[in-house]
Amino acid sequence: MFRILHNTKYDFVRQWKLAFITIIAFVVPALILIPISGFNYSIEFTGGTEMRLEFPQAPDIADVRGTIEAAGLGEAEITTFGSPNEIRIRAQDAAQVEQQASGATSVADQIEAALRAKYGAEGFTRLGSEAIGPRVGEELRRNAIIATLIAFGLTLLYISWRFEWRFAVAAILGTLHDTLATMVFIKYMNIEISLFVVGGILTVIGYSMNDTVVVFDRIRENLRLNRKKSLRETINDSVNETLPRTVMTGTTTLGALLAMIFLGGDVIRPFALILTFGIIVGTFSSIWVAAPLVLWIEKKWPRETDATPHSRVSSASRP
Amino acid sequence: MNSLKARLLVISAMVIASVFALFPRTVEDRVSRNGVMVDTTYTQIPLKYGLDLRGGMHLALEIDQSKQQVTDVNDALERALRVVRSRIDEFGVAEPIVQRVGDRRIEVELPGIDDRERATAVVQRSAYLQFQITDKTQALERVAPRLDAIVKARGLETADGTVTADTARSAVAGIFDTPSDTTTGADTANTVTDGPFRRLIAPGSIPGQYLVAVGDVRALTRYLADSAVQSALPPGKQVRWGSDSVSISTAWYRPLYVLENRAIITGDALIDAKPEQDPMEGARVSFQLDNEGGRRFRNETGKNIGNNMAIVLDDRVMSAPVIQGAIGTRGQITMGGRDIQPAQDLALVLRAGALPVPLVVVEARTIGASLGQDAIDQGINSGIAAVLIIIVIMIGYYRFSGALAVLGLGFYTLITLAILSVFGATLTLPGIAGFVLSIGMAVDANFLVFERIREELEKGKSIRMAIDEGFDHAWSAIVDTHVTTALTAVILYQFGTGPVRGFAVTLLAGIIASLASAIFFVRTMYYVWLSRRKTAPTTLSI
Repeated sequence: MFRILHNTKYDFVRQWKLAFITIIAFVVPALILIPISGFNYSIEFTGGTEMRLEFPQAPDIADVRGTIEAAGLGEAEITTFGSPNEIRIRAQDAAQVEQQASGATSVADQIEAALRAKYGAEGFTRLGSEAIGPRVGEELRRNAIIATLIAFGLTLLYISWRFEWRFAVAAILGTLHDTLATMVFIKYMNIEISLFVVGGILTVIGYSMNDTVVVFDRIRENLRLNRKKSLRETINDSVNETLPRTVMTGTTTLGALLAMIFLGGDVIRPFALILTFGIIVGTFSSIWVAAPLVLWIEKKWPRETDATPHSRVSSASRP
Repeated sequence: MNSLKARLLVISAMVIASVFALFPRTVEDRVSRNGVMVDTTYTQIPLKYGLDLRGGMHLALEIDQSKQQVTDVNDALERALRVVRSRIDEFGVAEPIVQRVGDRRIEVELPGIDDRERATAVVQRSAYLQFQITDKTQALERVAPRLDAIVKARGLETADGTVTADTARSAVAGIFDTPSDTTTGADTANTVTDGPFRRLIAPGSIPGQYLVAVGDVRALTRYLADSAVQSALPPGKQVRWGSDSVSISTAWYRPLYVLENRAIITGDALIDAKPEQDPMEGARVSFQLDNEGGRRFRNETGKNIGNNMAIVLDDRVMSAPVIQGAIGTRGQITMGGRDIQPAQDLALVLRAGALPVPLVVVEARTIGASLGQDAIDQGINSGIAAVLIIIVIMIGYYRFSGALAVLGLGFYTLITLAILSVFGATLTLPGIAGFVLSIGMAVDANFLVFERIREELEKGKSIRMAIDEGFDHAWSAIVDTHVTTALTAVILYQFGTGPVRGFAVTLLAGIIASLASAIFFVRTMYYVWLSRRKTAPTTLSI
């Protein structure tokens, strides 16, 4: 049989400092950038109007913008979407959002009427439109945050029950790290935060947790089998033993995601990009963040050092 | 080997059940959906596609409180929901969704509709309630021969290129063959005629009521919409459809009413209506009118004792009780029976007419069908490519065992789709992404097991031992990872809307199928492989 990364003996725990510096270098610039320029939210969160139009030939974007402004509809963001013939018009400034409140479809209809007057009744096809009132957006944002917090809370409880609280805290911190890193990635790539992207972030959380749990599962087992070894050694052994699986799963999932990035079209692409990053960072964090964290927490709040030092671990074992 | 037989039996049962759940079937929609009958016939794999995949409109409505504060939001929302539901069949779409979301929003999904102005106008129009006396002069019977002639002369009978005559044709023909009056027990002399108009209608149980087989509703609606037919209808009368279909023996009929033009009162005069349970008379609705309305109502009902009074909301007859005596400001409509539900519904109808709820559109999306098609193609292409990549990696690295896992993936896909179909989940674009992702989880579970088997083999265990130990040791990791992901999926479902929900549902279905596939199916395949060999194998291709 062909095997990769078989019987490795890397000292992963020792590398935690390097990992820490990498994280800081990646996250800190964004922590400065985000308060200044914020995130790019989709109209689902800000409220506003978005429409997609298809023209027979590529329209002049400046012309379209001029037409909309001349009709008194304020500044609209206009981008091509997919092919140059397809454009996306977005009106989301405060005045328009206010207009929305009185009847959410009105802005899209006004824009369409203005453009029909300019390009003729058959000048373009309306592929789709969305109009969202400001309150819906607020609610969505709140729900997304609540959902994430509850997901974390429940996972904390579940891992505390199946493992013990030190592992749970380490897993949650590792996953929080992944969430933060993913948000930073979104900021760097200037990906627009839509509902679909929020789904992507939550999937990254799930994946990262998945990866961490696999490593922890092995630590749990090795602690039970071999009580003489130090926790540090056990953690290193466990990470090494699960390394082939970690790399194989990562590679396969990345392969599938690459297919989605290249073939999935404009709708799926941002989602696939986020997941690609999330899987890389999730794998990174379960090896270099979550596992060393267990050691660190153990040092700060050591277990009772009686005759059975890992009794709590072994009691919460397999079903 | 008994346990192997039992395992194979379970797998066969799951496969058969899944294939059955996914078998393309002809769906004849005659079920009452939210009290409205929809009559369509189509053949398809029973999977629902979301609006983003097949195009359509999504509207979110809220009560407009900008002009006046609504005190009982809950009741107002229920009234609005009732009104929107009863109107939604104006669009004639196959699977409209009208549902309450949270404590102040109504969501409407209209697949295939992209006329936004009309859709928003229809749902925002305020409700209009009228009480009208049903016709007892057989006015329709008298003009029926003339209507027959007009329908013939104008060639309305042959489907005039309208899309109504689609796949439902065969079902309609079936109803034509059996004279519809045999089931109603009504006066046969009136109905057994070959006039194209009269052929479709049979007298109902009360004066001014006619029954139309559900399959003929579209044809008759088309006749009635014709201008020549309209001008030949009895003067001073109105023709209105009933809201709910009725079943007589096995067939379903939609009532058609002929009503006096003049409304004896309208919803404005109504103050309140509530359901009651009377120990003697059973379920009933009691309603209250204002003084002016009460005076008029006493006068009108006094003249019409023994006649039927149709309660008409938005031009649809909701109910047509008999007037037992003169009614003043307080009246009762007796439904009878112990079931309070019909009384509750009628009271809601009356309140909806009495207190119209102004609605505001807070969210409107239209997705063109062409956009949907592009998205489907891209989604499917990327899905196929993703699966191919996974297959190549698995077989390339784990050889025979990888092939078993690929077989497991086939099983996994079947189960996932079956779960989605059984729970009536809607397949959306994020849903496809969630599906591809849960494949990742299924693959991961296999990798966990395979790596573990390799370790066990290395420790010098026999093939059979190594397989058993591999699955047993991987079990805890697989369960813990699946449960944590499932927790996230459930929460996403709870808090998400639309697309995120679609994602959560497919993810959840995928997690369940992944557990069944990785832990049970692949292990059984190993046992099958072991049992087919006469001697214990010395090597395992993994």
